[in-house]
Amino acid sequence: MGCPIIEFVDVHKSFRNQKVLDGLNLRIPRSKTTVIIGRSGGGKSVTLKHMIGLMRPDLGQILVDGEDIAALDGEDLDRIRRRFGMLFQEGALFDSLTVADNVGFPLVEHTALGREEIRRRVSELLRTVGLPGVEEKMPAELSGGMRKRVGLARALILEPEIVLFDEPTSGLDPIMADAIDRLIRDTQAESGRTYVVISHDIRATFEIAHHIAMLYEGRIIAEGSPDEIRRNPNPILAQFLRGTADGPIQVQ
Amino acid sequence: MAARIEVEIPAGAAGEAVIHLAGDWTLGSGPPAGADALDSRLDGVARVGFSAAALGAWDSMLPVFLRALCRALAERGVVVDRSGLPEGAQRLLALADAVPARVGGRRDGAGQRFLERLGGDTLAFLATAGRMLAFLGDAVLALWALARGRARFRFRDFLAVVQEAGAEAFPIVSLISLLVGMILAFVGAVQLQLFGAELYVASLVGISMIRVMGAIMTGIIMAGRTGAAFAARLGTMQVNEEIDALRTLGISPMEFLVLPRLLALVLMLPLLCVYADVMGVLGGLLVAVGVLDISVAQYMAQTWASVRPQDLWIGLVHGVVFGVLVALAGCMHGMHCGRSASAVGDATTSAVVTGIVAIIVATAVITVVCNVLGV
Ligand SMILES: Nc1ncnc2c1ncn2[C@@H]1O[C@H](COP(=O)(O)OP(=O)(O)OP(=O)(O)O)[C@@H](O)[C@H]1O
Ligand SMILES: [Mg+2]
Repeated sequence: MGCPIIEFVDVHKSFRNQKVLDGLNLRIPRSKTTVIIGRSGGGKSVTLKHMIGLMRPDLGQILVDGEDIAALDGEDLDRIRRRFGMLFQEGALFDSLTVADNVGFPLVEHTALGREEIRRRVSELLRTVGLPGVEEKMPAELSGGMRKRVGLARALILEPEIVLFDEPTSGLDPIMADAIDRLIRDTQAESGRTYVVISHDIRATFEIAHHIAMLYEGRIIAEGSPDEIRRNPNPILAQFLRGTADGPIQVQ
Repeated sequence: MAARIEVEIPAGAAGEAVIHLAGDWTLGSGPPAGADALDSRLDGVARVGFSAAALGAWDSMLPVFLRALCRALAERGVVVDRSGLPEGAQRLLALADAVPARVGGRRDGAGQRFLERLGGDTLAFLATAGRMLAFLGDAVLALWALARGRARFRFRDFLAVVQEAGAEAFPIVSLISLLVGMILAFVGAVQLQLFGAELYVASLVGISMIRVMGAIMTGIIMAGRTGAAFAARLGTMQVNEEIDALRTLGISPMEFLVLPRLLALVLMLPLLCVYADVMGVLGGLLVAVGVLDISVAQYMAQTWASVRPQDLWIGLVHGVVFGVLVALAGCMHGMHCGRSASAVGDATTSAVVTGIVAIIVATAVITVVCNVLGV
């Protein structure tokens, strides 16, 4: 796959005595969209938080361009984090700021752009995610799906090199979900950035992904291009893609 | 029919046993007959199955008994085949195994011995003190970054805290310090009148308010008002993942959130202290003039003569130290808040408790130091 931009090497992570990542090895290809699928509660969000140093592994390495971020902190970690954008599963908007200030926050903090220019870019991006005219609302006044799209705009506004999306379309109506999937696909194609997406939507996964990885019981049990994934005979993967309750994965 | 349990060892199957459950296994029916013989009957058995053919009604007594039994058997290395159990009981057992007991969910605190509790509390206090020191270290690093002009924080946030922690605290600080001044004067006057030394009420109120009481009262008010507000605000941000979002933007929450609060409180607390001192002296004056027949001029002259400049300085030092402590306690408990709404409540409570304890301990330390230095 060439030189991966992010690489997990034998990463272990437990909370109390619950093992979440169990020797995870994962390579995120550069300039592609990688979709991580897996069961609810399977550790996808935890994996994503490791990529950006919000959580530290108990054991193992996480390499971003060859640099182990598990060993960094302070300034050095902040420097790497500025290459990332992240959409949180619950949006994680700043409650005390308006929508416009939320989306413009990274620009205010990290660029020298003027106020007018920031306003213009914010409005434009909000229109792109289907939220025209909400600039002056507070996050508490928005619905769950709207908050998520504001979070999406905030993650994209700096056009970062690597963007992590934690379930960008869950909680949206099917039409809006499709629009967001297209937005992700098109901006990725245009910008050639690296996108990592967590998704429960199998159909959309095959539409936007260049690379798919399935996380199960703390490891990657299958990965490859969409075609390779479709042809993969792994019974767990097959059951997951079929989306039925009978098979090797037991619902308890 | 009462609960019964029997062990059958089928002929021909070496090391295997079937446990028969019979009768009604309900909480009212008493302990099962035959349970005490289990131990000897299962000696040398490597594999156990169940039969529930004669089982009547059952309630939670059955799974509780079976769980204890399965545990004991598993400890001996016996393989347990649960497939012969009623389906409901199997599911309950699976559930009981799947979910570990919640830590702290059981209320057995009352059974703890006094010394044990004391030890636990002491360790918890030391742990809090240790965390506070670590947090202080981080805050100093952030201050250093600020001094080099590399810290990111918004002046606007600083002003907002100054407004909230300073200006909006005026009414309550006025009320409390005025009353404390009056109480000191009343209590002192009763004693001083015995010696005909009523005028010294002015010295008593002036020195105690300006040197420590003004600062302590302001510190405690601020711990309850502002320290709690800091903890609630930062705790909510933690729950809402806002702090994580800041981190992902490469912004240190220590610089962005804690520094403005710390600086604002370190600035405002001494100022409020001076204000509290004035209100306290005013309270003393009201009592002196109203009750003791001392004139305003006499009272002020006596205050002026007895309060030394170093009393004011020491009061201000108290104020600065309390500002640091209250801000740190509030911010620390907020930043270390768990990820649930109830954790925010706990963080707020802890912030107030830690703040007040820290204020009292610091007062003791400063008093001893002043004593040694002779000021
Ligand atoms: N901060 C934490 N403290 C303790 N346990 C955690 C924490 N974060 C996650 N976990 C545990 O790790 C496991 C994986 O969580 P994670 O959020 O990664 O799941 P997920 O795959 O993203 O699920 P979903 O699709 O439902 O979002 C869960 O069982 C959860 O209980
Ligand atoms: Mg998740």
